[in-house]
Amino acid sequence: MLSEFKIEGGDFTRAGYASSQIKKILKNLNVSPDVVKRVVVALYEAEVNIVAHAFKGVIVADISNSGIKLVLEDEGPGIPDIGMAMTKGYSTASQTVREMGFGAGMGLPNIKDNADRFEIVSEVGKGTRLSIEIDFL
Amino acid sequence: MLLKEIVQKLDLKVFTPEIDVERDVKDGYASDLLSDVMGGAKEGEIWITLQTHKNIVAVASLKDLAAIILVKGFEPDTDTKEAAVAEGIPLLGTESGAFELSGRLYNLFK
Ligand SMILES: Nc1ncnc2c1ncn2[C@@H]1O[C@H](COP(=O)(O)OP(=O)(O)OP(=O)(O)O)[C@@H](O)[C@H]1O
Ligand SMILES: [Mg+2]
Repeated sequence: MLSEFKIEGGDFTRAGYASSQIKKILKNLNVSPDVVKRVVVALYEAEVNIVAHAFKGVIVADISNSGIKLVLEDEGPGIPDIGMAMTKGYSTASQTVREMGFGAGMGLPNIKDNADRFEIVSEVGKGTRLSIEIDFL
Repeated sequence: MLLKEIVQKLDLKVFTPEIDVERDVKDGYASDLLSDVMGGAKEGEIWITLQTHKNIVAVASLKDLAAIILVKGFEPDTDTKEAAVAEGIPLLGTESGAFELSGRLYNLFK
């Protein structure tokens, strides 16, 4: 089953919408609560990163019997050093974003901790693509 | 412990009288960093913070937190209150700072 969501950069009022929709779908499918929790954390962080750091993006969620695959593709500045970006505490978030309590540099580490498979591909000046897979069993 | 008891014992202000406070609270979590809460808070915990914008409701709802307590007399933004009612997340408040409130809450759980 495929679901698609469009994300606008800078629009914090809707941040978390895709995560909450996916949470509902997974709960209805009786996916185990622990798995739902991991999906929610990973997807929320990835969703907010598009809002906080990119211009716009698309989320595609592919749910099968064995798991969920989330692909998030954005148009934005890209990530020059992915190793650095993955480091806990590293953030380039603006002052305004930090005042809201984002920008702790914990989002990408949270995604890694909760995903079974996680991949980032990024091109500076173009955008970033995340692929997050979480197994149901 | 029931949220109702916590509201009484800590003399908390209730910003969302529409939402019932009969629910169970398992523990507390104090943080103003949203991704710290995303990564660290657990279902049924009550969240202590000074953030007042709408995103705290999204985080609390996604994490199945029991309620949010705003410290230092902070009031929720209007759209935060609306979102809280829609999501069924009780929004509470206190004049105390996070340190004092956390200590008092911690003692209730001891
Ligand atoms: N989609 C993206 N586009 C461009 N840069 C990104 C993107 N996602 C992450 N980054 C970069 O990687 C850094 C680390 O991201 P991470 O999610 O770990 O922390 P953060 O978003 O800065 O803060 P937090 O997630 O704790 O609120 C960001 O500050 C930013 O520089
Ligand atoms: Mg982030």
